[in-house]
Amino acid sequence: MTNAWTDIKNTDLVVIMGGNAAEAHPCGFKWVTEAKANRGAKLIVVDPRYTRSASVADFYAPIRQGTDIAFLLGLINYCILNDKIQWDYAKAYTNISYLVKDGFAYKDGLFTGYDPVKRDYDKSTWDYQVGPDGYVLADETLQHPRCVWNLLKEHVSIYTPEMVERICGTPKEKFLKVASMIAETSSKTKTMTSMYALGWTQHSKGSQNIRTMAMLQLLLGNIGVRGGGMNALRGHSNIQGLTDIGLMSNLIPGYLNLATDKEKDFATYMSTRGFKPLRPTQMSYWQNYKKFFVSFQKAMFGDAAKPENDFAYDYLPKLDVPSYDMLRMFELMHNGKINGYICQGFNPLLAAPNRKKLTEAFSKLKFMVTMDPLETETSRFWENHGEHNDVDTASIQTEVYQLPTTCFAEEEGALVNSGRWLQWHWAGGSPPGEAKHDTWIMAQIFLRMKKLYQAEGGAFPDPIMNLTWNYHDANEPEPEELAKELNGYAVADVKDPADATKTLVAAGKQLSGFGQLQDDGSTACGCWIYSGCFTEAGNIMAKRDNSDPEDVGLFPKWAFSWPANRRILYNRASADITGKAWDPSRKIIEWDGAKWAGYDVPDIAPTAKPDVVGPFIMNPEGTARLFARGTMREGPFPVHYEPFEAPIKNVIAPGIRGNPVVRVFKDDAEQFGNSDEFPLAATSYRLTEHFHYWTKHNRVNAALQPEFFVEISYELADEKGVKAGDWVRVWSKRGSIKAKAVVTRRIRPLICDGKKVHVVGIPLHWGFTGAARKGFGPNTLTPFVGDANSDTPEFKAWLVNLEKTDGPAVS
Amino acid sequence: MQISRRGFIKVAGVGVAVTTVGAFGFGEAEAAVVAHVRPFKLANTMETRNTCPYCSVACGIIMYSKGDLKKGDATITHIEGDADHPTNRGTLCPKGAALKDFIHSETRLKYPMVRKPGSNKFERVSWDTALDRIARLMKDDRDKNFVAKNADGVTVNRWTSTGMLAASATTNETAWLTYKVARSLGLLGFDNQARV
Repeated sequence: MTNAWTDIKNTDLVVIMGGNAAEAHPCGFKWVTEAKANRGAKLIVVDPRYTRSASVADFYAPIRQGTDIAFLLGLINYCILNDKIQWDYAKAYTNISYLVKDGFAYKDGLFTGYDPVKRDYDKSTWDYQVGPDGYVLADETLQHPRCVWNLLKEHVSIYTPEMVERICGTPKEKFLKVASMIAETSSKTKTMTSMYALGWTQHSKGSQNIRTMAMLQLLLGNIGVRGGGMNALRGHSNIQGLTDIGLMSNLIPGYLNLATDKEKDFATYMSTRGFKPLRPTQMSYWQNYKKFFVSFQKAMFGDAAKPENDFAYDYLPKLDVPSYDMLRMFELMHNGKINGYICQGFNPLLAAPNRKKLTEAFSKLKFMVTMDPLETETSRFWENHGEHNDVDTASIQTEVYQLPTTCFAEEEGALVNSGRWLQWHWAGGSPPGEAKHDTWIMAQIFLRMKKLYQAEGGAFPDPIMNLTWNYHDANEPEPEELAKELNGYAVADVKDPADATKTLVAAGKQLSGFGQLQDDGSTACGCWIYSGCFTEAGNIMAKRDNSDPEDVGLFPKWAFSWPANRRILYNRASADITGKAWDPSRKIIEWDGAKWAGYDVPDIAPTAKPDVVGPFIMNPEGTARLFARGTMREGPFPVHYEPFEAPIKNVIAPGIRGNPVVRVFKDDAEQFGNSDEFPLAATSYRLTEHFHYWTKHNRVNAALQPEFFVEISYELADEKGVKAGDWVRVWSKRGSIKAKAVVTRRIRPLICDGKKVHVVGIPLHWGFTGAARKGFGPNTLTPFVGDANSDTPEFKAWLVNLEKTDGPAVS
Repeated sequence: MQISRRGFIKVAGVGVAVTTVGAFGFGEAEAAVVAHVRPFKLANTMETRNTCPYCSVACGIIMYSKGDLKKGDATITHIEGDADHPTNRGTLCPKGAALKDFIHSETRLKYPMVRKPGSNKFERVSWDTALDRIARLMKDDRDKNFVAKNADGVTVNRWTSTGMLAASATTNETAWLTYKVARSLGLLGFDNQARV
């Protein structure tokens, strides 16, 4: 989230699209209710199902899953044609006036440079024109045919209300109603918030779904303001934290990247990470990359990271592929290339696509280790549960260790909520039986391996031997010790760059923020964006002052919000080019003639003059990007692509299946189904009574929603001769499941490109362990393909068929 | 951090009641009431602040427990929303309201278990046995499959034949320690639920 949950109360219009906050984030959704009740805010829901969020909306529009980009580009087209743009904002704070290279073009669903064999682009033309001074050329009048504005106008012109109806199945008049409500927030004194979740990410073009809404929000001037923003309602309690800390194949904490094979040494690695400003006088904050990286290496390897060895650059692994993401790992496992796998609090047998492939892959492992407070289907993948897990146990040679961990109530530490608040919590209960903290288990595995390396030697033991481990009990590092490492500390005295006789931070002291980080090895910091969370003043994450000056909704003294305790990202953009708030009633920070001051920590240098430095300091341009340059794999502008399994052909590019740059493994491509055999459009989702595969272990939640079901419309039920409560079989090219049918008016067939499309809704939550009845989830059926940029699986749009059947055998 | 707010209120409340009842000369009646009213269940519990572990709203909760955490016998008997928390202001959803039964679920894991190749059951194993075996399996696989240099002679120091999924409901502190361990071993097949 760019903003905080509590800030939603400041909005005028909430758009819930790609999520269902009333059911999946109920207590956060209350801030929508607050905005409706106290500000007269409106709520729009766009979803294939009439959800509980829709039931309290001011306006609901149906949409076929997997067509959000067409809808959103249709909105951008509407705003352009009706001159509903916040012009002062767009001209000053986006790249709308920049000139794009002459070679760049778009035709029939593809941009310049496509290679169909590699399924990738040569992106060399996807960039700005640069002048002799090294800065990007711009035309402030927006007349130049190569400026972003004119290219964008042309690009979105095909997404007319008629085209939106044809692709999305949204009736034209409903689309136009949504468009007119959204367009009103182009006013300087009206704003809109976008609340989205996995309904946007779990597509083969999920990243572009979100980007398209971000572009719309920029044109409307709704980023950086109170009540505005792009608000990702994240799924798990600390999915934000684990992403921040870089527990992803290709990441280093704080959104730095691991090196690739091509970056043979530190100098080569840094050569593409200089982030020289692209426009005069811009901050381009990533220019500090080296400080973040070196401080991270110091936190990892201490004295072994030194200038002479490029701060232990070679201690980190280098990638030969873009990432060893989950899908690639399961593909490798399925091919017999993986020997061991550790699942810490993760149940991939149910949570990954194409369960049959997962079962076959796990069966080829030599060993599996699971760490969890609860039983998981993954740890028992080898156990036969009849049709709910029909495996040949004796033939599976995998050695499985199931390790019991503590749960939230028995441990201490910080979780990062969707609004980037690091909130500390404390243990109140004792672990059951011999359950242990994850920290203890990880320490034990590590220390035992280290001991083996000490005794026997082995492959490159240096990073293991030199990993910083200054914990007072080596066997169980304490949460506060770990938090201090994340915050960062001075390794040697940090001198004042203005006056070398002065010491800014004495050796051994905690840093007060990332502004103190150095690239000479004198500071150590696990995760630069967290710096400031645990300073010499103590554990800031544990602060519980819930005062909120003037009821602005920011709660600046409650916990710690990364970065730098900033509550609203890009908050400089809440004020105009002279530094005055666009909307005086929604002020965050303003320029007082000498500095930025107000309710929040400025997202800019406090003394950076308003007409000199742009608000988007992480971009070398200082502005936000309507044209993404080469940062997105599909192209600088979003394009409508169908899901890999779609009920109709892509009407704007009939020759293209799915997203043209998505990685597809051969076996998985062969398992894509077509609409002649699988005519129904399936989607998956959560229920408010359950959380993933945890709460089926809870007798209360198991009683509230005891049994797996699928949701279908009355129209589909009639076609298939199904009545409410009947058993149905649902199958895709990859598997077959049985479920009770819930026949509902919440789902209606849509007419897309002249064809009636039925939607089948399949909730998560059931498996073969726990207190609820045994059941199937959707992932026996889902396709093994992910988003082009993030490799997040396409769980939200695929094809199935359905028929009436008998119930499962009673066991 | 751990203040028995309800305990404080109860003591204060009883004080007022005794004074008032005593002033009206109903001392015996008051004693009779005390004799048959069941003591307030949360009066002698420890209160601990936590956040709901499910979705990313991260509602504040207060957990009430009996027993001694330091001795390892603290049991959570009740959980409610934290009225002081700015986001949820005391409210909880159907999942958060039932958190106690997650902690005490019958399918909570209590002991390390091993399933041997081809076996149809889990068997108890000691932590030492399990951890020594895991360390041995991992080291052997790492030593056998570690790639120090690629075909071009570039130092790459990666280990891709073992992988790990981390848990996005664990704390930052667990995540950081997990990160340190995984990367120092050279693991690249490393992800968390953010990927899905």
